[in-house]
Amino acid sequence: MDIVTHQGTHAASSGLKQPYHLVNPSPWPIIGAFGGGLLLAGVVFAAHYGNYLMLGAGVATVALVMAMWWRDVLTESSTPGLHSPVVRLGLRYGMTLFIMSEVMFFVGVFWAFFHFALYPEHVAGAVGVASWPPAGVHTFDAFRIPLLNTMILLLSGCTVTWAHHSLIENDRKSLIFALGLTILLGMSFTTLQAVEYSEAPFHLSGGIYPSVFFLATGFHGFHVIVGTIFLGICWLRAKAGGFTSTQHFGFEAAAWYWHFVDVVWLFLFFFVYIWGAGVPIAE
Amino acid sequence: MSATTHDAHHDHSHDHNPTFAQRWLFSTNHKDIGSLYLIFAVCAGLVGGVLSIIMRAQLSHPGNHLVNSGQEWNTIVTAHGLIMIFFTVMPALIGGFGNWFIPLMIGAPDMAFPRLNNISFWLLVPAFILIMAGLLLGESGSGWTLYPPLSNSTYESGPGMDFTLFALHLAGVSSLLGALNFITTIFNMRTPGMTLHKMPLFIWAMLVTAFLLLLSLPVLAGAITMLIFDRNFGTSFFDPQGGGDPVLWQHLFWFFGHPEVYIMILPGFGIVSHVISTFSKKPVFGYLGMAYAMVAIGVVGFVVWAHHMFVSGISVDTRAYFMAATMIIAVPTGIKIFSWIATMWGGSIEMKTPMLWAIGFIFLFTVGGVTGVVLSNAGIDQILHNTYYVVAHFHYVLSLGAVFSIFAGWYYWIGKMSGHQYPEFWGKVHFWVTFVGVNLTFFPMHFLGAAGMPRRYPDYPDAFAGWNYVASLGSYVGGFSVLIFLYVVYRTFTSKVEVADNYWGEGATTLEWTVSSPPPFHTFEELPRFR
Repeated sequence: MDIVTHQGTHAASSGLKQPYHLVNPSPWPIIGAFGGGLLLAGVVFAAHYGNYLMLGAGVATVALVMAMWWRDVLTESSTPGLHSPVVRLGLRYGMTLFIMSEVMFFVGVFWAFFHFALYPEHVAGAVGVASWPPAGVHTFDAFRIPLLNTMILLLSGCTVTWAHHSLIENDRKSLIFALGLTILLGMSFTTLQAVEYSEAPFHLSGGIYPSVFFLATGFHGFHVIVGTIFLGICWLRAKAGGFTSTQHFGFEAAAWYWHFVDVVWLFLFFFVYIWGAGVPIAE
Repeated sequence: MSATTHDAHHDHSHDHNPTFAQRWLFSTNHKDIGSLYLIFAVCAGLVGGVLSIIMRAQLSHPGNHLVNSGQEWNTIVTAHGLIMIFFTVMPALIGGFGNWFIPLMIGAPDMAFPRLNNISFWLLVPAFILIMAGLLLGESGSGWTLYPPLSNSTYESGPGMDFTLFALHLAGVSSLLGALNFITTIFNMRTPGMTLHKMPLFIWAMLVTAFLLLLSLPVLAGAITMLIFDRNFGTSFFDPQGGGDPVLWQHLFWFFGHPEVYIMILPGFGIVSHVISTFSKKPVFGYLGMAYAMVAIGVVGFVVWAHHMFVSGISVDTRAYFMAATMIIAVPTGIKIFSWIATMWGGSIEMKTPMLWAIGFIFLFTVGGVTGVVLSNAGIDQILHNTYYVVAHFHYVLSLGAVFSIFAGWYYWIGKMSGHQYPEFWGKVHFWVTFVGVNLTFFPMHFLGAAGMPRRYPDYPDAFAGWNYVASLGSYVGGFSVLIFLYVVYRTFTSKVEVADNYWGEGATTLEWTVSSPPPFHTFEELPRFR
């Protein structure tokens, strides 16, 4: 076995021109970085002094940078020779790794849930036999809105696959229709989730159950909104003819992200809503 | 700014003249961004170093009043820790050397996502501003571990604590994007012929480091988010008054925090392997063992976190598991130490400055590693927890381990990066003064800790005065060594001597030695064939 390895290096020429995309200097990263700083410092000013000026400036800057940066990427993607096959593979690596990191974020969120749900004795101040949900907390009936939302998300997973196949088959009409359906399903999910929140018998500041419940479902809901916007951009690009049957990484990334959001919901549904159910709220 | 499309990207030639803003603010060049990271790390390191000198001056005699209050003291402790970890060691090792040498060592023209690379750097600047706000407001006295209730709104009600938490969010995003970029670059852009098992060990080290970052940082982000919600929006994740549990914070924090310590040391392992091999003029002993030892450290590093929590009330069974798992890490670490020694064995050893730092690293990291095994014993840790023994331990692996590897890398590669060689004599003076200074500072802390002196207090009983005085003198020597380093930097950059492509000769075999010193703006326009 040849493991003499990196020591015997003699760099001969391979005669291969490098196939990667060397990006030109861009102002968006540095503006985005300081915009992110403004945004987060803005949250502190808003929370402590009720001053939303900096927060607004930060959100506007970040939104502008996202729009301009991705506009540049789209221009590059349609410029011949820049997004070579190996560059597109790199984009796939990037999106996969990003989703992996998102998964770990939700691992942290579910960790908080299971810390209390599996070990109710961790809930401080529990009276009598420790239980999850804590005594006195009424929870949502999993088989009403949550089940409907599960069906909606699973269906949207099907429609986004329908859209993908249409794209591969060069059937643009079906692509636009199925993708549009996916976006509508995503918006219905968000709407129903908002309805559920409005009916909640507890408030964010009402103790550990609402803390865990709202953080977990809230961050999931935020990801649904991001995923819906991502799919919406893809829909606009599809209308404009921005995808081909062989080159449509933007769509694939949106679809991967959508499936990820879907899977997180299934965990929420089974563990937070069904397994973690207590006394249901009276309708 | 128009769309950043260059119709033919191969016409980037060495004669183009980017403006200052294009080159340093809007950069998409891994070498320039790496240099920015190194400059940033030195600046942040000076700030963190000044804080440590202030602390040692306060502790030089019992009853000093250099620091006005315990709160002020704790804020300085917090800022020192966070600045050294997130703004000095990580930017230097990962951002600086990683950016410079991952593409050069794998024969790639740049990083996979050059713009993402630039935002990774620039996010550190607002993050540093926020952390300095926390320090200057004097409202972040929780220690770098940010444990509630020390960090909750009851005990730190001001915005300074929130600034500190958000600083970590920004630094976290920065590192996360960097990690994603590094992994993609290493997997996707290796030159033809360079299989995974032929990658230089520094690349293996950066790959494992990047995975640790990718998988651990989001958990910290989740925990910080919960803490921010607790502080500002009325939730009670860590607040027993609402049914929450402060121990949950400790779990989430250390699930990140323990991989974090390997994140800081693994790149150093990579650098030291190259330096030892180069100056012994021998290939690294047990290449595959060295690579997979780092993988093993990375994997096992994820399942040992609760050894930081032996006194937080976790069950005996849990402590037994975490004790055993922690001790297992000594095995792959031992593989690395012995393989470095075996690499030197029978080699034609040349004691140039980088080699001094690398051997210093091995010696001091071993000391820190051995005290780590002592601390991993749950029983012994009951006594040593939160004493100066712990402070001595982690400064031996970080301040003496990671920092020595940074200097090893700096002396090893500065000729390559700048085209100017450092002055050998002053490099050696720098090493020896630092070596004496840091050992004088931290070795007595073992005695203080074993005698029961607790950490995070600005004062102590007279019985501890002797060794504290020695430690403070040591820190002044260490501070002086930083001035020598700045002089070395000055001498290096004003040096008129040009260096060759491979100024270390036959021992230096990786791809960065095949390009000129300094390398052209774009390297490997034509991919090298790796054998």
